[in-house]
Amino acid sequence: MRRLLIWAPLVLFALVFALVASGLLKPGDRTVHSAMVGKSLPELALPPLLPDRPGIATGELKGKPRLLNVFASWCIPCIAEAPQLTKLKQAGVEIDAIAVRDTPEAVQAFLARHGDPYARIGDDKASRAQLALGSAGVPETFVIDAAGRIAYQHIGEIREEDVLKLLGELEKAK
Amino acid sequence: MRESFSFRHPGLVPGSTVRRAMASRLLAPTRPRSGPRHKAGVTVMLGLALSLGTPVLADSNLPPAALAYTQLADPAQEAKAKALMDTLRCLVCQGQSIADSDAEMAGDMRALVRQKIAAGESPGQVRKWLVERYGDYVTYDPPLSWVTAPLWLAPLVLLAIGLLLARRVFRRRRA
Repeated sequence: MRRLLIWAPLVLFALVFALVASGLLKPGDRTVHSAMVGKSLPELALPPLLPDRPGIATGELKGKPRLLNVFASWCIPCIAEAPQLTKLKQAGVEIDAIAVRDTPEAVQAFLARHGDPYARIGDDKASRAQLALGSAGVPETFVIDAAGRIAYQHIGEIREEDVLKLLGELEKAK
Repeated sequence: MRESFSFRHPGLVPGSTVRRAMASRLLAPTRPRSGPRHKAGVTVMLGLALSLGTPVLADSNLPPAALAYTQLADPAQEAKAKALMDTLRCLVCQGQSIADSDAEMAGDMRALVRQKIAAGESPGQVRKWLVERYGDYVTYDPPLSWVTAPLWLAPLVLLAIGLLLARRVFRRRRA
């Protein structure tokens, strides 16, 4: 018994070492994922931000799969994902948007400069809708399935390599 | 590693989010009462502080939400809201509570908490609403589950081991 016990401190050290090493080699994932994925879209009623298209009402986001893009004109990665959103729109995807803490003028200028893929734009003045969706930043993109359920969440800007993945998720969400 | 964009928090990168107002406030006391002795120097410093402070700002240009920096009129409700805000995580800075954070999203979360408390919801209901959306990560007061159970059980187990060890040692000494 005693002979075995003498190894205990070394074993303990090895365990602590392994723990620290694993933390160093594979740092923890700090992205905050929404816990709403798999649940139906929360009740949203956002007034239109621009006069030429409707706002966001949960009841209307049904019938076919679509993207719900959480963006802002003051968000720089949102500029980076604009070409990919345009591509998705050209592929026939309906893209609705929630504009976080934004003004009509700024959004109009943003869309004129970076392309305008949105069918609806809801005005989310105090991030209420963003919080209701479990989104922790901009940009984020949710795939909403035909039944109005949140099927998938993409965090951060949509890069070229993400377009196929999103199209696949939209296909699955039919 | 891929990094998703998040609102920049003033505490994250020193100097990068010093706002205009704050920068001048910080610089003000360094100027002598009788006017600056090195006028050019002050101008350069001020210019530097302002130019360093503004371009990387990733905040919106809307003012903070109504209840982000305003207390509720009813002190009892405000006390409840404040106690709750101390235990909710700011999702942007992640190491601070929303009561401590100056990030825009933390302000919006404070406004949400105050609105819900003012509407008569209990702190438990508000916490549940947020946990439903962000998971247990959003609260600093995690509910008891099989993942969090060691937090409560480990101290008891360690205490028991300590008692056993002590008992053995004292027994041996007596013998």
